[in-house]
Amino acid sequence: MTTPSLSRKPRLTYRVWTVWRRNLDVFMKTWHVNFLPSIIEPILYLLAFGFGFGTFVTEIEGISYMQWIAPGLVAITVMYGAFFECTYGSFVRMYYQRTFDAIIATPINVDEVIAGEVLWGATRATFNAAIVLAVIAAFGLISSPLFLAILPVAFFGGLLFAALGMSFTALAPNIDFFNYPTFLLITPMFLISNTFIPLATFPSQLQTIALGVLPLTHIADLSRVLIVGRVESLGGLSPEWVMLLAVFWIAIVAAVFFVLSIYLMKRRLIK
Amino acid sequence: MTSMEVLIKAHNLTKRYNHFTAVDHIDFEVYKGECVGFLGPNGAGKTTTVRMIYCFLPVTEGELTVAGLNVSTQAREIKGMVGVAPQEDNLDPDFTVLKNLQVYARYFNIPKAEAAKRAAELLRFFQLEEKQARSIDELSTGMKRRLIIARALINQPQILLLDEPTTGLDPQGRHIVWDEIHNLIKQGVTIILTTHYMDEAAALCDRVLIVDNGKIIETGVPQKLIKEHVGEDVLEVPYNEVVLKALKEELPEADIEIFGDQIRVFVNAHGAFERIVKKFPGVNMTIRNANLEDVFLKLTGRKLRE
Repeated sequence: MTTPSLSRKPRLTYRVWTVWRRNLDVFMKTWHVNFLPSIIEPILYLLAFGFGFGTFVTEIEGISYMQWIAPGLVAITVMYGAFFECTYGSFVRMYYQRTFDAIIATPINVDEVIAGEVLWGATRATFNAAIVLAVIAAFGLISSPLFLAILPVAFFGGLLFAALGMSFTALAPNIDFFNYPTFLLITPMFLISNTFIPLATFPSQLQTIALGVLPLTHIADLSRVLIVGRVESLGGLSPEWVMLLAVFWIAIVAAVFFVLSIYLMKRRLIK
Repeated sequence: MTSMEVLIKAHNLTKRYNHFTAVDHIDFEVYKGECVGFLGPNGAGKTTTVRMIYCFLPVTEGELTVAGLNVSTQAREIKGMVGVAPQEDNLDPDFTVLKNLQVYARYFNIPKAEAAKRAAELLRFFQLEEKQARSIDELSTGMKRRLIIARALINQPQILLLDEPTTGLDPQGRHIVWDEIHNLIKQGVTIILTTHYMDEAAALCDRVLIVDNGKIIETGVPQKLIKEHVGEDVLEVPYNEVVLKALKEELPEADIEIFGDQIRVFVNAHGAFERIVKKFPGVNMTIRNANLEDVFLKLTGRKLRE
């Protein structure tokens, strides 16, 4: 009787790189199409919400509404980029294209395939963030010298959403299943995670949920600090503490989902 | 055979899924340079066995070693020296023909220049050079199959696993693949192939393992198996009481079986049917050589498997 490989902790080597590289190669084949949504979307949001909605909401906490939502757009593109890459994208590769099966027949193991996919999801999120950053810069909405530090935040925030998406992929019986996490988790987050509307305006229970369990809130907060240099005060905590807390929250939750996604995927793929 | 090097050794090898036993305590050995065929109906356990050899499926019970390495603990080393051409098309549709080989080479850590060289050679060998810039969707089923085998050779494997290499191909496509497999055999590659085509096993394999219900029910050289189990010649006659009675009288040694509306007579010598054919000039009788299919049907029965 051999030990089931499921219970073992992830075994990862440098080979993860080859899986990541495969996805980069595919992405670069059609990069101009892939970058397009990241350029168009923030422009549309800035026009609709910034100019349109912004005429009613002239100012939030001392800055223009457009300036206030710009960092939120970076956070949103991180979430969408990573989550959709590792749900729909990974599911297609796993289920329809059988790409994972093909790779597992080589010296690469399941753990490395999943890690490579998740790291790729994080990379895509970072690409997206860089483009949105360029768009909001073009609109003159960056006012902090720390703005480039959003890229590592995008990577680790992306890692969190990629691993979360991959965990759903491991559980998905079919591709339509992704409607559930998309509409029950991603869309609510898109709306209430301090992205378009200040969290402080929501009932306190909702604020607690947003801060406690919704990852996007923390990414949006960090984004706002790094791009426009402002921090929401959180129960009397100093700005430094708020930032540190957000960084830790993202790091810990990302690590948990990273390991979980590998575990769940092994359970699905190793019969 | 005794002096030959054993490359794959299975002892008591078993694969169970919950309550279903797909592979049931089998023993076999594969020697270096051999082409061994796993022959069996659908669901017999052929593919499951192959998947355990390339460490895709964990072994439930028993031992399985490849080049002396344990599949449960040394998967990485084994997968580095094995080439796998699976049954289903899992070519990468996001890449061209050439890029499929290059990306696959990267999974084996083959340096870029070396990968390019090998890819070019393989495309030539499998007559896919002209298609190298095409996308996978543009290939015919036969071309895809050849590319899958080419891809399996990118790491210059010691052992090549071909899971139903010609299923779904037209006769021309099958013969091209056979020619290529023959070439690989000549080059000394050890090959394990699964098939449910008897002519394929007879044409390619030095040895066949006939599997049914997860067990190996017979092993041997195709020609010997035919001689042993069904003899030399087979006579086929539409069912007819009078002829059947005459056959039993004339050929008491022969093995007479009724398959549906047909009588089949198996004998162990050439020319045994001449008298009976002359006796019934008006009856449509066919004499042919016994083949592996006769062995197979005799051993596994005629029940339809699905």
